[in-house]
Amino acid sequence: MNHAIEFEALAKRYGALAALDGISACVPRGRVIGLLGHNGAGKSTLIKLILGLIAPSGGRLEVLGQSPWRAHALRRRIGYLPENATFYASLSGRELLDYLARLKQAPRGQVAALLERVGLAHAADRRIGTYSKGMRQRLGLAQALLGSPELVLLDEPTTGLDPQASRELYRIVGELRADGRSVLLSSHLLAELEPHIDGALILRQGRLLAAGSLDALGEQAALPARLLLRPREDAASGLLVRLDARGLPALLRPDGLLELQVPRAGKLPVLRELLADPAVADLDVREPTLAQLYDWLGAGQHSMAEACA
Amino acid sequence: MNAVLTVAGKEFRDDFRNRWTVALTILFALLALGIAWFGSAAAGRVGFTSFDATLASLTTLGAFVIPLIGLLIAYDAIVGERDDGTLLLMLSYPLSRGQLVAGKFLGHCGALAAATLVGFGLAVAIMQWMQPPAQTLQAWLHIGRFILSASLLGACFVGLACLISVQTADKSRAAGLALIGWLASVVLFDLALLALLVVSGGNPVERAVYPYLLLLNPVDVFRLVNLTALGDGAGNDLLTGMTAHHGYPPLLLGLVMLAWAVLPFAWALFAFRRKEV
Repeated sequence: MNHAIEFEALAKRYGALAALDGISACVPRGRVIGLLGHNGAGKSTLIKLILGLIAPSGGRLEVLGQSPWRAHALRRRIGYLPENATFYASLSGRELLDYLARLKQAPRGQVAALLERVGLAHAADRRIGTYSKGMRQRLGLAQALLGSPELVLLDEPTTGLDPQASRELYRIVGELRADGRSVLLSSHLLAELEPHIDGALILRQGRLLAAGSLDALGEQAALPARLLLRPREDAASGLLVRLDARGLPALLRPDGLLELQVPRAGKLPVLRELLADPAVADLDVREPTLAQLYDWLGAGQHSMAEACA
Repeated sequence: MNAVLTVAGKEFRDDFRNRWTVALTILFALLALGIAWFGSAAAGRVGFTSFDATLASLTTLGAFVIPLIGLLIAYDAIVGERDDGTLLLMLSYPLSRGQLVAGKFLGHCGALAAATLVGFGLAVAIMQWMQPPAQTLQAWLHIGRFILSASLLGACFVGLACLISVQTADKSRAAGLALIGWLASVVLFDLALLALLVVSGGNPVERAVYPYLLLLNPVDVFRLVNLTALGDGAGNDLLTGMTAHHGYPPLLLGLVMLAWAVLPFAWALFAFRRKEV
C-alpha cells in the first residue's frame, strides 16, 4: 500500500456526459501533487469520488487502501478544504472547529493549536461573518487538518488570497509533506503552484493528459529551454546573423534582448558557445515552466499518463 | 448516533441564536396570558378563566403559527448549506447523509418543542401564581396533550421543510415552496373541503367520508386532537360542523399525528440519500 490514492480506468458519467473518462494514475504517499485542469476538466468530480460522495460509474478507486464510496470512517483520515467555502457566519472560528472536531472525533485540544498554527488565534472568538476572505481560507485549512489526516485535499486553496497569505499556506503544505502526509492540491495558478508540488495530475475534458513528477513530465515533454541574450552595444545584428547561420534563429525583442529556443538535449554546448562569444553581455536561461507544459499538453493530442504522479 | 446528536445540538443552538425560536417562545407566553386574561372580555369580565378555554384559542392560533415557524427554521437546512458551499464540507466529514438530515431534523424539532414547552409553561406558571384556578387532573392532561401535539405538528412541518430543502436547487425557491406549503395546509385545504361539502349537499355516503379526509391534513389532525378532547363550545365551526356526530378514537388521532410527524422526514431522508451532490 504505497499509494495514498490509486485509480484504474476510473469513470464517472452523468447521463451522456463523461465527467471522467476511464483515467488511471496514482498519488504516492508523502508527496504534494497538483491537480490541474480548466473548469470542467473533471477536477471536482475526481475530488468528490476520492471523498466517497459519489459512486464511480466504472473502474477501480482506492483511497488509503480502501474504496471510499460511502466509507464514512475513512473520512476521519482525510482532510478537505472545499473551494469558496463561507462556513457558518454566525459561529466563531473556535466554535466551528469545536463542532467539526466533535464530528471527526478529533481531540478537542487540537482546536487551539490549529488556530495558532494558521494565525487565527487572535480572532478565534470573533464571528466568522466578520472574517476576511483570507481568514476564512485559513480557517478552512485549520479544519482540514483536524484529526491529523493522512491525506489532505485542497481545492483552489489560494483563490482570493494575497501573496503573503498564499506563502503562509504553502509553508503549511510544506510542513505536511515534511510530516509524511499526502496532499492533493487543485489549482489553476500554475506559476504559483510549481515550486510547491512534487508532481502533477493534469486533466482535460475528463481525460488524464499527464501524470508524474514534474521532472519526469518535463523530460518526456522535451520542451525547449528559452535563452535571453543581452548583446553588447551595436553587436545585436552581427549576433543575430551568426546565430541564424548556426541554425538557431533568434528573435529581437522590443526591449533589445535576443530570445531563442534551445532543445533540451543540445542546451549545454550552445550555452558554452554563447558564454565564449564576446558579443554577449549577459545571458539568462528560462527552463520550461509548468504553465508551458500545460499549454503544450492542451494544444496537441499528447498524453503522458502512464506514470504515477 | 453521536454524529446525529452533534449536528442536532448545533442546529438547536443556532435556532435560539437567530431569534426565531426565542420570538416564538415569547409569542406563545404572551398569547397564552393574553387569551387567558381577556378571553372572557365579551362576557363582561376580565381575569384568568379556565385553562380549557385558553387552550381552545391557543389551538386555533398554534395551528397557524407552529407550521409557519417549523417551515421557517428548517427550509434552508440542506439547500442553505449548498448555497453557502458548506454541504460538501459537511459530507466530507465522517457522517452519512442520513445522519446529517436526521441531526438537522432533530435539532429543529427540539428547538420548536422547547419553545412550545417553555413559552406555554411560562404562561401556565404565571397564571398559577397570580390567580390559581381550581386545577383538575383533566386540565393537566389537556395541557400535556396540547404541548405534545404541538411538538408533533412542529415535527411534521420541520420534516416537510427538510424535504423541500433536499429537493430544491436554491434557497429562494425553497422559501417560496415553504410558503405555498403553509398556505395549502393552513388555509386552502379547509377551504377546499368546505367547498366540497357545500357542493355535495347532504349525500350521506360522502358525509361519512369527510371526517377521514380531515386526517389528510396534519393541521386539522392537530385541531382534532385538542378540540374534540375539550368538548362542546371549544371547537371551531368547520370541525364541529363536520365531525359533530363522529367520534374519533383518541388512539387513531394519536397514531395519525405521529405518522404525520415522521412521514415527511422519512421522505426527506430517502430523497437525500439518492441525490447527486
